[in-house]
Amino acid sequence: MKLHKLATVLAFGLCIFSALANASAAEDRSIRPFTVSIPQAALEDLRRRIAETRWPDRETVDDQSQGIQLAKLKPLVKYWGTGYDWRKAEAKVNTLPQFMTTIDGVDIHFIHVRSKHPNALPLIMTHGWPGSVFELLKTVGPLTDPTAHGGRAEDAFDLVLPSMPGYGFSGKPTETGWGPDRIAQTWAELMKRLGYTRYVAQGGDWGSPVSSAMARQAPTGLLGIHINLPAVVPPEIAAVLAVGGPAPTGLTDKERAAFDALSAAAKMGNRSYATMMGTRPQTIGYAINDSPTGLAAWMLGHPGFSRWTYDNSDPEKSPDEVLDDITQYWLSNSATSAGRLYWEYGGRSVVFAAVERTLEIALPVAITVFPEETYLAPETWARRAYPNLIYFHEVDKGGHFAAWEQPELFSAELRAAFRPLRQDF
Amino acid sequence: MSTASPAPNRRDFLATSATALLATSAGAAAFNFTSSQPAAAAEASSIRPFTVSFPQQEIDELRRRIAATRWPDHELVSEAASRRTSATLAAGDTQGVQLATMQKLIQYWGTEYDWSKCEAQLKSLPHFVTEIDGLDIHFIHVKSSHQGALPVIITHGWPGSVIELLKVIDPLTNPTAHDGTAADAFDVVIPSMPGYGFSAKPTQPGWDPVRIAKAWTVLMKRLGYNRFVAQGGDWGALITEQMALMAPPELIAIHTNMPATIPPEIVKALAAGSPPPADLGPDEKRAYEQVAFFYKFGLGYANEMALRPQTLYGLVDSPAGLASWILDHDADSYALIARSFDGEPEGLTRDDILDNITLYWLTNTAISSARLYWEHRQTAKAGFFDAKGITIPVGVSANPSEIYTAPKSWTERAFPKLLHYGHPAKGCHFAAWEQPKYFTDDVRASFKTLRTA
Repeated sequence: MKLHKLATVLAFGLCIFSALANASAAEDRSIRPFTVSIPQAALEDLRRRIAETRWPDRETVDDQSQGIQLAKLKPLVKYWGTGYDWRKAEAKVNTLPQFMTTIDGVDIHFIHVRSKHPNALPLIMTHGWPGSVFELLKTVGPLTDPTAHGGRAEDAFDLVLPSMPGYGFSGKPTETGWGPDRIAQTWAELMKRLGYTRYVAQGGDWGSPVSSAMARQAPTGLLGIHINLPAVVPPEIAAVLAVGGPAPTGLTDKERAAFDALSAAAKMGNRSYATMMGTRPQTIGYAINDSPTGLAAWMLGHPGFSRWTYDNSDPEKSPDEVLDDITQYWLSNSATSAGRLYWEYGGRSVVFAAVERTLEIALPVAITVFPEETYLAPETWARRAYPNLIYFHEVDKGGHFAAWEQPELFSAELRAAFRPLRQDF
Repeated sequence: MSTASPAPNRRDFLATSATALLATSAGAAAFNFTSSQPAAAAEASSIRPFTVSFPQQEIDELRRRIAATRWPDHELVSEAASRRTSATLAAGDTQGVQLATMQKLIQYWGTEYDWSKCEAQLKSLPHFVTEIDGLDIHFIHVKSSHQGALPVIITHGWPGSVIELLKVIDPLTNPTAHDGTAADAFDVVIPSMPGYGFSAKPTQPGWDPVRIAKAWTVLMKRLGYNRFVAQGGDWGALITEQMALMAPPELIAIHTNMPATIPPEIVKALAAGSPPPADLGPDEKRAYEQVAFFYKFGLGYANEMALRPQTLYGLVDSPAGLASWILDHDADSYALIARSFDGEPEGLTRDDILDNITLYWLTNTAISSARLYWEHRQTAKAGFFDAKGITIPVGVSANPSEIYTAPKSWTERAFPKLLHYGHPAKGCHFAAWEQPKYFTDDVRASFKTLRTA
């Protein structure tokens, strides 16, 4: 981390990057140990701000059509400011080995867990927005220690979980150009720096275009990818969706269902947040960097959360699950820098095959379709989009945040998807 | 990240849907009516005096929050790119309101800026509240001292308020002090839209521009005006045009400084994302390009408010968040405002800008005002700038730095009874606020011939 950036971070009283003192201004390829340690003052400031939340009046409708409902947000924010304990989240992430390394001028934070099993397959897994490494933590056990989670020793992975530039504990880019392609190049360098000569990549949400860009770039050592938000929508369907047209004739039932889901999402305005961050990330940034409640509402506006209850009866969708993630955005002051990824991508959708240039991917691609994802990729479209599709499976549980919601099932999918590639390993 | 269409889709944004329009109940105002009476059912139509007054503790609380602003990091694009106006702005130039501008604004707002001056100015005007269609509507009402003054109802927009119209009150009501004659005099009515400023916030859906337009006619008649004109920019233009479409017999003409003139074949070409049709004249081609760019890259804020206004909690909890949201309306007005915080005011001073933002803050109306975009999306039959078939007389100001400058050819087609096509030398989106002289000239010129009727 450059000194002026370090000074900025410290001035904000946010994170102490425990290993940063060792960073030099020169090209530093070292991998430094890292521990999350948020100053108490930052946590107290957060609680104070939460307690002082100034609320708007209630929405004028009885559903989610005007956005996050007041009666739903208030209890979550109240719990955030009283019962919620960030130190538990910090302890959870600090039980894992974390590191920092500078690539292409940006400090990259990553969790790196090696399996005890020999010949474990190295896997780099990428989170999305409004996610973070927190959405992936529950897969660490199943993936690196499969024998303790219903798997076999030969299913083991060495796991690398980086925070994307501008996200979480990674540095914030100070120049434009940090889209999925550049992140993909950075991940290849990271894996190389870790000494991995054969590995695979995985991602949902933004992790999908990042993993796909890696596959397109095909760096030495990358064997294949698994994605859970694939870009299968064919160009002729994308063209109809772009103008809000009716469903074309001749679609199969699953294609029609996918078309209807995407069309309805567009008409209901599910992508308004992406439009805003895709055009003016800085403008919305001031509000969500200054208001914890504003940040929480903005992040919960993602349709992946629309059916989450934040109910303690559901351990996968409890208040702590989302608040760990939201709190990390707050404490790392990364709401604006994270939003810029949409701007880098020009607000384009990541599910259109042409946008993702899927036909240029020659490496093996595996896809799992989770039933509550924002649209269900039909196999017919997937086979058209990805010429080297080695695995396609529809499972019966899980949504947009598959690793977060169904870590065991998600891990089982990765084991099955990557099994054929281990022969090359 | 999500999964639908790739860009702000204009058709989606403007889509209409069949939504039952429910009656609203009277909304409680979030501020103090210091001299108004509770709206008893029997006196619903009474007109009550209203005094603007905010407790000092709310001003202190605002200053405290301003001082505690927690900043994001610097945008990644240059100042020059961020300030490009619609003539040269390209995709990817701006990431939104610049950190340096925001820091200057916040510094000034939290220290030197003095709301009490604005409050005193507001207090010097006659304010009233009356209940219309179940909602308390606030308005300023200034009568001219001249006989035969023409009554005009002037409607603000978003992110405006009655504050954007204060500079034209005296020129319109007291023309002999402002280069006019007694025959140029107006009686001026300036309401706050529902959910804005000192009007109540609707608690039920249904307060779309059509309903507001109906309420304005009720208001003017309640004031005893049986022959009046209407004026507006931004939402005010849309509401004024809705009044013209209803054409109540009392409304004899309108003036708009954001005229909706786009002809149907151009609307289609824009919706299809086509390049400008080959047969357009130079003014038409420029207008086409301005609108196309705005729809594609400039509508993020409007899109968000039309689709998810309630998600914008940060705007009512963070003064900086509110200010940046309000500054980022359109490229040209943003550049103008940013220059004023650089010490180069032109049209709008720092106080002008902060008076308006402070009003939004103190009345806690960021989200209630945003809902107008949502309401419009439920019932709109056409886009903001699409010609709507108005047949009553219309006067127009086509400002050179408006979101689009309405070409004379389109304006003549859109308004068959065109009274006046004003083309001021200067002016962005907030014409009355920035260029009250040009604005007043155009309003006078537009309605001049109607005074002898």
